[in-house]
Amino acid sequence: MRRLRKLLIPGVDKKLLVRDAVKVMPDLTRRRFITAGASIGALTLLTGCDVVDSSSAEELLKKVSKFNDAVQAWMFNPDALAPTFPESAITKPFPFNAYYDLDDAPDIDGKDWKLEVRGLVENKKSWTLDELYKLPQVKQVTRHICVEGWSAIGSWTGTPMRDFLKRIGADTSAKYVWFQCADKDGYNSPLDMRTALHPQTQMTFKFADEILPRAYGYPMKIRVPTKLGFKNPKYVISMEVTNDYKGGYWEDQGYNSFSGN
Amino acid sequence: MSSLAVSDDHADTATPAKVIQPGWVRVLHWINAVAMVMMIMSGWQIYNASPLFNFTFSSSITLGGWLAGGLLWHFAAMWLLMVNGLIYLILGFVTGRFRRKLLPITPSGVISDAKAALTFKLSHDDLSIYNSVQRLLYAGIIIVGVVIVLSGLSMWKPVQLYWLSALFGGYDVARYVHFTCMALIVAFLVIHVALAVLVPKSLRAMIIGR
Repeated sequence: MRRLRKLLIPGVDKKLLVRDAVKVMPDLTRRRFITAGASIGALTLLTGCDVVDSSSAEELLKKVSKFNDAVQAWMFNPDALAPTFPESAITKPFPFNAYYDLDDAPDIDGKDWKLEVRGLVENKKSWTLDELYKLPQVKQVTRHICVEGWSAIGSWTGTPMRDFLKRIGADTSAKYVWFQCADKDGYNSPLDMRTALHPQTQMTFKFADEILPRAYGYPMKIRVPTKLGFKNPKYVISMEVTNDYKGGYWEDQGYNSFSGN
Repeated sequence: MSSLAVSDDHADTATPAKVIQPGWVRVLHWINAVAMVMMIMSGWQIYNASPLFNFTFSSSITLGGWLAGGLLWHFAAMWLLMVNGLIYLILGFVTGRFRRKLLPITPSGVISDAKAALTFKLSHDDLSIYNSVQRLLYAGIIIVGVVIVLSGLSMWKPVQLYWLSALFGGYDVARYVHFTCMALIVAFLVIHVALAVLVPKSLRAMIIGR
C-alpha cells in the first residue's frame, strides 16, 4: 500500500507511474504464458501431451479458464452484495491506475460528450451529460479490487445501471452490455447482463461527492463492485446491449472474463 | 499371481511394518508436490504485479510469463491442489493415519528430538514412526495448507465469501496471511527436501512404499 500511495495523482511520482503502466502493458513476450524457466510445471501437467510445445499448454490453460468461468457462474450468487464501508475507510488518495500515464488519459469535454446507446434497446437516443446528471443517483462506499492484487476503498455516486437499462427499454434477457471507452487503443469490456442488473452496478458520475475527476474516468465510469477493476471501465462513450460476446481489452489478452469477486 | 499373493501375505504377517507409506499417501503426496510447485511459482508471478514487500521474484522462477498467465496457472492448479488436498484430509482422518502418525505432540518430546536431530543422534531405524519434530512439522504444514487455501479463497471471492475475508481481517490482511503461509511452505519444503536427501531411504519409501 505504501508503494501505491506514491502512484497517486497529487504529486505523482512519474517514474513509478510509468513503471506501473509499462508493467501492465501487453507486449509480445507477455502473450506467451509459459516462460523457459517454467517448463517443469508444463512437463508435469501435460504428461502424455507434447510437453515441448508450449502452445498446447496455453490452449489447455485457456480451456480451464473457460471451465472456471462456467463453474463460478454456476456456483456463486450473482446478486450477492459487495460489503460497504464507512466514509472513514475511504483510501486517500485513491490510486490512479491504467495501462498509460495519467497525462495520456482521455481529456474529455463534458459539453461535447454524449453517451451512445446501441443494440437491443427500444430507445437508442444518445444522452448528454446534463440529461444523465438529472437521473436519480445513489452513493456507495465499496472496495475496488485490481486484478494485480491491490485494493482501495472509494466513494462512487451515480445512477444504478438497472434503472437506466429499464429507462431505455433494454432487452434484459440479452447476454451482455458491452462498453466502449475513450482510452487510447480503444478500451472496451463486456459485462454479463445479470451483473449489469446487480443493484450495486452503477453509472458513476461522482467520486467522493465531487464530479468524477479525469483520473477516475470523467465523465462517466461503470462501477461494478462485484467484479475486478478492469471490468469497471472509465471514460465510457457507448454501451451496447447484445447477445454476442464481443471480447474486451484485457479479456482478450488472457484475463478471465468472469473475474467476479 | 499366486506367488505375488503369497509374498504379500508373508509381508503382512511376518513384518507388518514393512510398508512404510501406503499407496494412497504416495500418490497424493506426489500430486500435491506438483500442484504445490505450480501454485507457488504462479503465485510469485501474481505477487510481482503488486508486491507486498520491497522485492519481486525473478522471472526465472515464476510461472506464467506475465500476470494473466500466472493467474491462469494459479486457477488451473488450484483444482489439482484442492481436490487432492481434500482427499488427503478425508483419508487422513478416516483411516486414522493422522491420529496414529502425528499424535501425540508434546513440547518435551519436540525439544528432546530436536536436540537429538541437531547432534545427529536421532534414530531413523523405523521410518514408519515419526519423531516429535516430524509430527510437529507435518501437522503444522497441514494446518498451514488449510490456511493458505482459505486465505486464497477469501482473496479470490471477497464479495461472495465476505465472511471468510472478514475472518482474516479483510481482503488486504488476507493477502499477507496468504503470503506468510507461502513463505512457511517454502521454508518447510527446503528442510523437507534437504532431510529427504540426507536420509534417502525415506525418499525411497515415499516412492516405492518400502
